Amino acid sequence: MVSDNVLVDVKNLKMYFPVLAGVMRSKVGDVKAVDDVTFNIRQGETLGLVGESGCGKTTTGRAILQLYKITAGRVIFMGSELNTLQGEPLRKMRRNMQLIFQDPYASLDPRMTAGDIVGEPLLVHGLVKGKGYEEQVSELLRMVELEPRMSVRYPHEFSGGQRQRLGIARALAVRPKFIVCDEPVSALDVSIQAQIIKLLMRLREEMNLTYLFIAHDLSVVRHISDRVAVMYLGKIMEITHSDELYDNPLHPYTQALLSAVPIPSPQVDRKRKRILLSGDVPSPINPPRGCHFHPRCSLAIDACKDTEPGLNDIGGEHWVACHRVSK
Amino acid sequence: MALVGESACGKSVSALSVMRLIPYPPGIIVGGQVIFEGRDILKVSEDDIRHIRGNKIAMIFQEPTTSLNPVLTVSRQLSEALELHQGLDKAHASEKAAELLRLVGIPDAERRVSDYPHQFSGGMQQRIMIAMALSCNPSLLIADEPTTSVDVTVQAQLLEVINSLRTQFGTAVIIITHNLGVVARYADSVNVMYAGRLAERGPTDAIYNQPRHPYTVGLIASVPRLDLPRRHDLSVIEGLPPNLARLPRSQCAFASRCKLVVAKCREQRPELEQVGKDHWSACFRHNDVQQLLEAS
Repeated sequence: MVSDNVLVDVKNLKMYFPVLAGVMRSKVGDVKAVDDVTFNIRQGETLGLVGESGCGKTTTGRAILQLYKITAGRVIFMGSELNTLQGEPLRKMRRNMQLIFQDPYASLDPRMTAGDIVGEPLLVHGLVKGKGYEEQVSELLRMVELEPRMSVRYPHEFSGGQRQRLGIARALAVRPKFIVCDEPVSALDVSIQAQIIKLLMRLREEMNLTYLFIAHDLSVVRHISDRVAVMYLGKIMEITHSDELYDNPLHPYTQALLSAVPIPSPQVDRKRKRILLSGDVPSPINPPRGCHFHPRCSLAIDACKDTEPGLNDIGGEHWVACHRVSK
Repeated sequence: MALVGESACGKSVSALSVMRLIPYPPGIIVGGQVIFEGRDILKVSEDDIRHIRGNKIAMIFQEPTTSLNPVLTVSRQLSEALELHQGLDKAHASEKAAELLRLVGIPDAERRVSDYPHQFSGGMQQRIMIAMALSCNPSLLIADEPTTSVDVTVQAQLLEVINSLRTQFGTAVIIITHNLGVVARYADSVNVMYAGRLAERGPTDAIYNQPRHPYTVGLIASVPRLDLPRRHDLSVIEGLPPNLARLPRSQCAFASRCKLVVAKCREQRPELEQVGKDHWSACFRHNDVQQLLEAS
């Protein structure tokens, strides 16, 4: 259930990585991976974050979890400002927020058994003592539809989909409130994708979880998210309710992105309007002046080249950053 | 023509076998025929196959970064096939190379043709691969997951390039993919593979509208769609694809995951059977598949 309480509040988040060059490794510029991003996620809500590779969606997720020292801005989670926390207080907060990774092959230690992988967070956070441990590990495996007797196996003995289930069980071990799902299904086959999506949706209901769901597959994001934010070169271009975004996309980039996704039905797909973008995404080291999207935009006017459009509310919680969109 | 199916169902191996590119050992083509322009490619000599490969049949691979030679200029790599198969001299070949780059939509082609692969983005590298494949006007182009490693907007660009070249030059295209949207948009006919065998084959419209194999139904229903109301439940194919090394020969490979399974499916392996115009299905219960559609 989505409530009105804001669980995660991100304000003017900036995450720059220095570009070093020369013998002295002096700083010659910044990769502006995330550049002034503001949004919030309510308790029980799933916010989808979409965009092409290199647009900063993964960095945003990790910056929220304080896996990077953020360059500027504030991340407020459960009422406390995470970016000011350090040491023990931060470690305590980490119990409430977890991450599910894209690659189920690389994110599990090949020398640990499934049981140890899933149980480790319990020990690290001192959540269980003695006998309860095995019981809890079995319970976690059952939650992700794996059999408890599998806990003695090693990651290589599992299929891709099962490994992703282990990753999910590990994230659930500490009973978090908030989970960043970073492309959790993109490495999986379609039939397995559907199983994992269904599992994530069931767990969300049962455990009252809040997700930030990062993916580049727009159909998957739409299916699971309540609201969706579209990123391009470190900026949010449009953010609104899932249905509204797909029925009434206002930003030219969102429109192009949606039209590029072919629909698996020949009749429906033939009738759709297609917008073909020219060129590639520019480098985030030296993004275009003004609106970052203007060199590829068919609606660009002079104003787009000079001034950067702010994210404006055009009504009904629909925010767009574009000079050509008005109320 | 599209070849669809999940990882390890044999899509790429089928395509590589057509080109006789399966490394031996361990791979052996144990039987069958590949008839290309009236000749069985599997029987022609090694010399003859070299004249066909890259010349009459060309291939685009999934990873452009690993398929291009990093130490040679794009011009050099494009010229190689032209000099070898078409007997052009160096000057003409590099002229043609620049022309090919323009054809696949690389801006400033004359200048960029002397660049090295790393100076191009992933989408541009894949365009170079397309240019290379088309350099000798092949009659058949095999594209093995050509857009898996690129973003959706770039995917749309690349597929438009391949499609416009297909109509322009009349090249037949086999596209190998797991993306059912791409298939719906571009393919005329579809071959669905499961566990190393064809499950169903037919015209695109028939495959999507009147599928006659439970696996095809499951595959299509498990993809979330942008155009349908949200919150409709994804239907899921339970279980995992079988291990090809331990595949039982005397039963349907899909039996353990199939919603329509009957005793016969576990005793006998279904062969492809004609179920409509150009439409074939390897399922004993192909007449009952419609029920499954209505139920979902």
